[in-house]
Amino acid sequence: MLKQTEGSQAVAEAVALSRPEVVCAYPITPQTHIVEGVGALVKAGTLKNCEFINVESEFAALSVAIGSSAAGARTYTATASQGLLFMAEAVYNAAGLGLPIVMTVGNRAIGAPINIWNDQTDSMALKDSGWIQLHAETNQEAADLHIQAFRLAEMLSCPVMVCMDGFILTHAYERVDIPTQEEVDAFLPPFEPVQVVDPAEPYSIGAMVGPDAFTEVRYLAHHKQLRALDLIPEIAEDFEARFGRKSGGLLHTYRTEGADTIVVALGSVNGTIKDVIDAMRDDGHKIGCVAVCSFRPFPLEALRDALHDALRIVCVEKSLAIGIGGVLASAVRMSLRRLYREVFTVVAGLGGRPITRASLRDVFERAEAEALDDVTFLDLNWEVVNAHLARAREVRKSGPIAENILKAMHGEEGAEIEEAEAGE
Amino acid sequence: MTTDPAKTEPAVGAGAQQTAPQKVRFYQTGTHTVGNRLLDDAQRTVQASMDRSNAITSGHRACQGCGEALGARYALDAAMMATEGQLIAVNATGCLEVFTTPYPETSWQIPWLHSLFGNAPAVATGVAAALRVKGRDNVRVVAQGGDGGTVDIGFGCLSGMFERNDDVLYICYDNEAYMNTGVQRSSATPPAARTATTPALGDEPGNVFGTGKNLPLIAMAHNIPYVATASVADLHDLERKVTKAMGIHGARYIHIMVPCPLGWGAASNDTMKLARLAVQSGIFPLFEAEHGEVKAVQKIRRKVPVADYLKPQKRFAHLFKGEGDVARLAAIQRMADANIKRFGLLDGEDR
Ligand SMILES: Cc1ncc(C[n+]2csc(CCOP(=O)(O)OP(=O)(O)O)c2C)c(N)n1
Ligand code: SF4
Ligand SMILES: [Mg+2]
Repeated sequence: MLKQTEGSQAVAEAVALSRPEVVCAYPITPQTHIVEGVGALVKAGTLKNCEFINVESEFAALSVAIGSSAAGARTYTATASQGLLFMAEAVYNAAGLGLPIVMTVGNRAIGAPINIWNDQTDSMALKDSGWIQLHAETNQEAADLHIQAFRLAEMLSCPVMVCMDGFILTHAYERVDIPTQEEVDAFLPPFEPVQVVDPAEPYSIGAMVGPDAFTEVRYLAHHKQLRALDLIPEIAEDFEARFGRKSGGLLHTYRTEGADTIVVALGSVNGTIKDVIDAMRDDGHKIGCVAVCSFRPFPLEALRDALHDALRIVCVEKSLAIGIGGVLASAVRMSLRRLYREVFTVVAGLGGRPITRASLRDVFERAEAEALDDVTFLDLNWEVVNAHLARAREVRKSGPIAENILKAMHGEEGAEIEEAEAGE
Repeated sequence: MTTDPAKTEPAVGAGAQQTAPQKVRFYQTGTHTVGNRLLDDAQRTVQASMDRSNAITSGHRACQGCGEALGARYALDAAMMATEGQLIAVNATGCLEVFTTPYPETSWQIPWLHSLFGNAPAVATGVAAALRVKGRDNVRVVAQGGDGGTVDIGFGCLSGMFERNDDVLYICYDNEAYMNTGVQRSSATPPAARTATTPALGDEPGNVFGTGKNLPLIAMAHNIPYVATASVADLHDLERKVTKAMGIHGARYIHIMVPCPLGWGAASNDTMKLARLAVQSGIFPLFEAEHGEVKAVQKIRRKVPVADYLKPQKRFAHLFKGEGDVARLAAIQRMADANIKRFGLLDGEDR
């Protein structure tokens, strides 16, 4: 059914339609509305046969999820940012144990300095934990990806993280088509675990494994993700056949035919990028873009095919691998191995900074002219940065960087910014 | 261990229960360890029963005389008995986890799940939630960990499990230090004890006084239905408390003192003796509490001075050097006396 709704609410409804049996909740902006939404559906009796558990931390949230999934219940939780890092040990553990938990990450920056707004540093920090990571471009795709995620996770017995940009998606009201329970039931079979703690068939799960077998266990985790490279498009195709719309898959291409320059990005920023591409195409530029939906497993071959005929690639990244540059760009370069293509990184939107069409067009045009640095920080205020560097050179006790920057930008009225942090 | 077929029952098919009677040889008849055939049936330990469950089979890699191995076996066998085998165990990282599951072997005859060091109570909550939602209310959950996994790193998750009154029995095997990593101080390490991080050096060797926490009392402050302390010194009492706990729903906590010969620098054959001295000196009071109120204590039959308990342990050797550390020995004695007074452990001393 079509409705105008908040992204978080749409996801909550899609999750509920997937009939989770255990849901663990812990608040953190911008994910909170999702678990609140699921909780309300449980409390109202709309979502039946579901244990909704308010826990004391994200570490507990995912730990409870580990227990319930290992005991054979379809399990869901959601988090963001600091919360994802707080549960990091359990994130690796859930994957290591091969438990098909589905978790939403409402992508948000990581502090310090504490910041509640969107970027993708959080999920990037856990990219190698063994979870499948799917990035939604729109709220419709976010809702649809959750339904697909349960099927994928349970087919592989591998946890899946559905990443959606905080605020930009989670808090945006858009038109979303929410399927019916019958449609979802026909698409998503009941959970049949491959392993379950059960007195009827006792075995030990989570025993220590030494050097003799650890590599094999790890290889098999990698192998699961390689299988996911086939399953993700299959599931997306089946989804399209049943629900009549494209959602998910490994990647989406947009106007890449004959493009010399191709932009690659994850998540909602692809909407803005497409607008810029339309405008530049109108002006005769040969430019297109690829939205990578599956960041883990990373679709090396599919991306290589999509980028093959371009001369240069611009990766627009909402995260920074401090000390090297782009996370996405490194993976893109790997997909292009043995092909000579210029790959640029544009770090954009950190901590919620708006990514404007004008700024994007500017960097894309500079890329076309090969006048772009390897790593570019979109709209970086060099004046402020240089002033700080100069000050730090002169004064030993130069003080906290964040405070200094705020003072420099806002005079002594940094207070107005702090006010907005009340919702953390 | 599952490697020596001669020692175990033939593999049972899916659906069959591992509680099936296992032939037990009464090689320690006359001790408390396996059971005493001179006692009448009602008084015998679970271990003395021909159809005991044997939750942890022989062949694990614990040190000789390990109190934790002993405590865990009695506790889980009693829980198995109480639940007619419908039991799932969750284990925190630590000695018990490591010595029972040296890959690819396992000593566990029951479904067993290990996730992390600090999350066993939360994982158990999850297992219990799944069982509830599946309508399998007859299957019960025990979570267990060492003192470090319980009073330190797992404390947040434990408090959360208590506060929600989740249907989990949590058992702490307290050997008073992080043994699995080589005997480091935990917040259950007693004052003056030497550990790798509280060395017997300087003017006041060993762990400092005035620190640490008493988890049974903290558990009681959550108003959960049942809290008890137990000791391998009295295995009948331990089994009784576990059995009682399994008869109750909601969050339950049992704190078992388990001497560690390796960490304490004690002889392997002194485990039971030390456990008994800890109880008889008042250092480790045995009590039961319901909904935050102490309901029963085990009286001390013959009070012994704390020095009797401390002296056989190398971790306290510095207290007995030369003239002896009179002041600090007296301070420890005062702690024991305070316990005796607080819990009314001696007849004639009301609480
Ligand atoms: C997060 C984390 N920190 C530290 C460790 C290392 N570690 C494993 S077992 C252990 C000690 C366990 O002590 P305790 O809980 O008292 O159990 P014991 O071995 O004494 O029975 C430690 C520190 C770990 N596995 N995980
Ligand atoms: S170190 Fe202590 S607790 Fe660990 S196995 Fe040995 S005796 Fe048992
Ligand atoms: Mg310990």
